[in-house]
Amino acid sequence: MNYTFHWRPAFRALPEMLAGSLVTLQIAVLSMVIGIAIAVLLAVMTGSKSRWLRGIAGTWIEVARNTPALFQIYIAYFGLGQIGIHLDSYLALLAGITFNNAGYLAETFRGGLRAVPQTQVRAARSLGFGPIAAFRLIVLPQLFRAVFHPMTNQMVWAILMTSLGVVVGVNTDLTGVTQELNVRTFRTFEYFAIAAVLYYLIAKVVTLGARLIAWRLFRY
Amino acid sequence: MLDTALSLNDLRFLMLGAGWTLLITAISVTAGTLLGVLFGVARAQTPVWVSLPIGFVLDIFRSVPLLIQLVLFNSFIPILGLRATPFSVSCLVLALYTSAYCSEIVRGGVAAVPQTTRRAARSLGMTWGQDMVEIVFPLALRVMFPSWIGLTLGVMKDTALVAWIGVIELLKSSQILITRMPSEPLFILGIAGLIYFLISFPISRLGARLERKWREND
Repeated sequence: MNYTFHWRPAFRALPEMLAGSLVTLQIAVLSMVIGIAIAVLLAVMTGSKSRWLRGIAGTWIEVARNTPALFQIYIAYFGLGQIGIHLDSYLALLAGITFNNAGYLAETFRGGLRAVPQTQVRAARSLGFGPIAAFRLIVLPQLFRAVFHPMTNQMVWAILMTSLGVVVGVNTDLTGVTQELNVRTFRTFEYFAIAAVLYYLIAKVVTLGARLIAWRLFRY
Repeated sequence: MLDTALSLNDLRFLMLGAGWTLLITAISVTAGTLLGVLFGVARAQTPVWVSLPIGFVLDIFRSVPLLIQLVLFNSFIPILGLRATPFSVSCLVLALYTSAYCSEIVRGGVAAVPQTTRRAARSLGMTWGQDMVEIVFPLALRVMFPSWIGLTLGVMKDTALVAWIGVIELLKSSQILITRMPSEPLFILGIAGLIYFLISFPISRLGARLERKWREND
């Protein structure tokens, strides 16, 4: 082994990489928030009476779950340009991950919705709740509780997926910043090792935070 | 309407890429499953001071992006003074990645077998090995199999990332075609996506059906 590790310059780049970590978190959080909103919609649509709505939701879910996330990002980056929608690499990454999150979460929510008995909705309606109030006040809190753990997993997945942005040219997130440093210095191992540690820490902090929130919210 | 510059040769090129995707998946899932069973049984059956470190190391593979793992291994192997093709590095990393997830599945499967059943087996004079092979394995299999199918399909989709270290698999082949024919990215990507879908969708449906069927019998 005649390779000398150069850790010092790599550690000097730590502030840059930490800034990249923030961008990574930002993309992951955005993709989760939008993804959850779409997923609730998709989950409700799969139970709808309209064949069209069911078809759209079903197609979204199956495509999201049965093709690679990178493929979905490619579609957003290379594919949408053909029909006149030009996304820059950041937006393409965000769109790809959001599409993926929504598909997986919709399936989770569908299972969660089944866990809330229909009789409760009927009880709420007969007590004078409107359909929306019954969903918001009776179904949603129970649904949230049932899907909280899978949602945490999806959040970690979203963080890991943001690393794919570098393939379509995102250079502000953690992997993007690391790759830029790598291209400048060719100290591939050192920089990517630090990136790996940072990703590990982010994932652990998010998991731990979610566990704290769950402990706080679901105590009764 | 189907006025495309895509030739039969290009389609063959895509199919070749799909072949690489399947080959990498097959190798890494086979190796990863064997390793995963080993680690999973170790995590379920060994004392804490053995199982905890194993669990910690395997957890790293699940908490660091696969892309970073690929780059790290690809740059570390030359540092060790060894030489490896991108293909073998991809298989190695994906096998370890698979084993990390598979060990969780196996651990869950072993834990799902009631302690009383196993104690009964041991009281009947079965050795630990016999208990594992004759009692635990058949019972755990029904718990593990649907998740294992999900894992296999996940790995198949994750092979798309090995393009980053220079393996030309399905998605990379489609990207190469797009660079040559920049006017129709949607069509070319669509074919690649369709191939992924056609591999993944039937198997995932089969997995879901098996899961439902086996749950009914319980």
